[in-house]
Amino acid sequence: MTPLRRQRFILVGLLVLGVSVALGLALLALRENINLFFSPTQVMAGEAPQQANFRLGGMVVEGSVQRPDADLSVEFVLTDTVEQVTVTYKGFLPDLFREGQGIVAQGMLNSNGIFEANQVLAKHDENYMPPEVADALKKAKEMGLK
Amino acid sequence: MIAELGLLALIIAFCTAVVLGIVPLYGSIQRHSICIAVARPAAWVQLVFVAIAYGCLTYAFLDNDFSVSYVANNSNSKLPLLYKISGVWGAHEGSLLLWVLILSGWTGAVTIFSRTVPEDMIAKVLGILGLVSVGFLSFILFTSNPFARQFPPVTEGRDLNPLLQDPGLAIHPPMLYLGYVGFSVVFAFAIAALITGRLDMAWARWSRPWTTTAWSFLTLGIALGSWWAYYELGWGGWWFWDPVENASFMPWLMGTALIHSLAATEKRGVFKAWTVLLAVFAFSLSLLGTFLVRSGVLTSVHAFASDPERGLFILIFLMIVVGGSLTLYAWRAPGIRSVPGFNPVSRESALLINNVLLVTTTATVLLGTLYPLVIDTLGLGKISVGPPYFNTIFIPLTVPLVIAMGFGALCRWKKDTFARLRSDLGILLLASLIAGGIWPLAMNHYSFAAASAGTLGCWAIFTAVRGLWIRATPGRRWRGLVQTPRAYWGMTLAHSGIGIFVIGVAFTTIYSMEKDLSMAPGDRISVGLYEYQFDGVQNLTGPNYVAQTGTVIVSRDGRIMARLSPQRRRYLVQQMPMTEAGIQAGFWGDFYVSLGERLDDSGRWAVRINYKAFIRWIWLGALLMAAGGLLAATDRRYRTVVRTPTPEAAPQTTPALAG
Repeated sequence: MTPLRRQRFILVGLLVLGVSVALGLALLALRENINLFFSPTQVMAGEAPQQANFRLGGMVVEGSVQRPDADLSVEFVLTDTVEQVTVTYKGFLPDLFREGQGIVAQGMLNSNGIFEANQVLAKHDENYMPPEVADALKKAKEMGLK
Repeated sequence: MIAELGLLALIIAFCTAVVLGIVPLYGSIQRHSICIAVARPAAWVQLVFVAIAYGCLTYAFLDNDFSVSYVANNSNSKLPLLYKISGVWGAHEGSLLLWVLILSGWTGAVTIFSRTVPEDMIAKVLGILGLVSVGFLSFILFTSNPFARQFPPVTEGRDLNPLLQDPGLAIHPPMLYLGYVGFSVVFAFAIAALITGRLDMAWARWSRPWTTTAWSFLTLGIALGSWWAYYELGWGGWWFWDPVENASFMPWLMGTALIHSLAATEKRGVFKAWTVLLAVFAFSLSLLGTFLVRSGVLTSVHAFASDPERGLFILIFLMIVVGGSLTLYAWRAPGIRSVPGFNPVSRESALLINNVLLVTTTATVLLGTLYPLVIDTLGLGKISVGPPYFNTIFIPLTVPLVIAMGFGALCRWKKDTFARLRSDLGILLLASLIAGGIWPLAMNHYSFAAASAGTLGCWAIFTAVRGLWIRATPGRRWRGLVQTPRAYWGMTLAHSGIGIFVIGVAFTTIYSMEKDLSMAPGDRISVGLYEYQFDGVQNLTGPNYVAQTGTVIVSRDGRIMARLSPQRRRYLVQQMPMTEAGIQAGFWGDFYVSLGERLDDSGRWAVRINYKAFIRWIWLGALLMAAGGLLAATDRRYRTVVRTPTPEAAPQTTPALAG
C-alpha cells in the first residue's frame, strides 16, 4: 500500500468506526429518552402508556389549582376542552404557570388515573401556548364538531 | 421619514450586494482588472448603507416611533435606554438586520485585514460574501421588513419581551452572530479556493485567523447565553440541550473541528478536501441554526414569532448554499492533492481523532435536534428528545477527545514514537491521577466520577502547560516563552480552558445542592455547610415592572456569608411574571436563591435554595478558550507576506479540469 492509500484507509476506517459507534449510542439513547406527547382526550381513551414517562399538555382549568398541604405539592386539572386529567406535582412551578394557560407536564399516570408530574413546563411562546397544546386543542375542537 | 430612509438605504445596500456578488466574480474569472477593482469599494458601500439602515431603526427605537410596527411590538416609552438599543435585535426583523450588519462588517474587515492575499482571490471572497448578503438582504426586504409602518399608529408600544430585558442577553446575540456570520468568511475563502482549484497551504493560512476569530466570538456568545439562562430562568441550570442552544452549539463543534483540520492543512498539507468540507458544513450549520431559530419550527424558550414563509425562504437558501457548495466540491475534489504520509503516532493522527470525534458529536446532536421535527413532519406523533439523550452520547464522545487532546498537543508532526512520548506523558498522567484523585477529598463527599473528571481536566491543563514548558528550554526560560508564537500561547490557553470547563461541569453536577422549600418569614434551614434564613418579602417598583423582593441571609457558623435578594417581577405592559434569582458568585461556588410564588396569606413562599459548586469554572473555561482563540488569531505569521511560494502553491486548475 502506498502511503497515500494507507492514510486514506486509516481515515475511512476511523470514520466508519466513529460513525457506527455514534449511531449505536445515538439509537440506544434515543430509544430510552424519547418522550411522546399525549392530550387529555388521548389519555382518557387509554392511548397513553401506563408504566412509562410521557408528556401531557393542555390548558390549566380555571379554579382547579389547589395546594392541599403547607409544602410545595400542588394539584391542578388539565383540559383540551373535551376531556380532563388531574395532575399532581411537587416543586417549583414555572413563571408562566397560571390558570387558563397552556402548559406541558412530564411524568407518569398512576393506577388511579392521576398524572404524577415530575416536571412542569410553561414555555415562552408569544401567545403563551405551547405548539403541541395548540395542536391538541385544535384536534379536540374538530372532534367536538363532528 | 427616518423609517423610509432606512428602507431606502437597505434597498441601496441590496443593489450594491448584487453588484458585489456578480462583477468581481466575473472579473476574477475573466481576468478583468477593472471588474476586480469593484470589489473593495462595493463592500464598503454596502457596509455604509446597511449601517445607515441599522442606525435608522435604532433611531426609531430611541424616538419611540410606534408607527413602525416592529418598534411598536418590541419597545415602550418606559423601556430603559440600554434595552431600547438592544431591543433593535430583540425580535426577528431587527436581529436579521443585525445579522446583515455584521456580515457587511466582516466583509469590510476582509478588505482591510487580508493585505497578504492576492487581489483576484480577495475579489472572489468578497463576491461570495456579496452573494450571501444578497440572500439575507432579500430575505429582509421580501419577508421581514423591519421598517414597515402600521396604520393607525399606536400611542404606546407593547414592550420588549421581559426575558430579553437583561444586560447579559443584550450582548448575547451580537456575540453569537459575530461567530455565526464569521464562518461565512471562512466559507467564502473555501468556495473561492474551490473555484480556482487552488487549495494550497496559503489558502489554509488565510482562512485560519478568520476561523479562529469567528470561533472565539461564537464561544463567547454561547457562554453568555449559558450564563444568562443560569441567572435569568431562575432554576440554576446552565445548559438545557434546548434545540436553540444546539443550533449554536453545532456550528461551534464544527468550527472546533475546522480549526484543528486547518492547522494540519496549513502546516503539513494534509486533509485538504476534508477541511474544505468542514468549512462548508460550519457555515451551513450556522444557516441551519438561523433556520431553526427563526422559522419557529422549534418549541423552546426562544421560540418567538413563527412564520412558515420565512422558514421556507431560509430552507431554500440553505439548500442553494449546501447544494451549490457540494456540487462545486464534487467537481473540484478529485483534483485536490494532499501531501501523503504520516505515521499512526503523530500530531496528524491526533488531529484526525479530534476531527472524527467532533464531527460525530455534531452529527449526533443534529440527529437529536432534528429527529422530533422529522417525526412530526411525517405525522408519526409529537415527541421530544431530552437532555438524557444528549448526555448519554456527549460524555462518551468527549472523554476520548480530551485524552487525545493532551496526546496531540505534545506529539510531533508527521512521525513520532511512543518511546519518546512515554516518559513525558507518563509523568503527566501520574500527576493528573494524583491531583484528580486527591481533589474530591476536599469536597463534602468522595465521588469517583469527580475523581475521573478531575483527572481528565488536570490532564488537559498539565499537557497544555507542559507543551509551553518544553519550548522554554533550560537556561533561556524567559526568552523561550517570549519567543513562543502567540498561536501556541493561544492553544495552551484554550486547551487549559477545556480542562477547567470539564472540571467545572463535573463538579457542578456532582457537588451542587438544591432544595425546594416552603418558607415562612424567620424560617432557617441548613443546606450543606450553610444556613439560610428567609426574612420575608417586600414590594418594590422598577421602571417598567413591579416586584416582590425576598431577603435570604446565608451564614456559616454564625458568620454572615451573603445577603441575597431574589425577586419576582411582573412586567406591566405584557403582564408577564419573571423570576430574578438572588446570586452571590464565588470562585468555589455560588449561593443561588430564587423565589417561587406566595403559598398562603401568612407570608409563606416557595423558595428554591441552591449551592452551585464550581459553576464559574464552566464560563471561566469558555472565556479562556475564547481568549486563546483571539490571541492565536493575532499571531504574526498571518500578517507577513509569504514571498517564496510553497511547492504546491502552483496552480492546480489543470488537473481538476482535465480530471
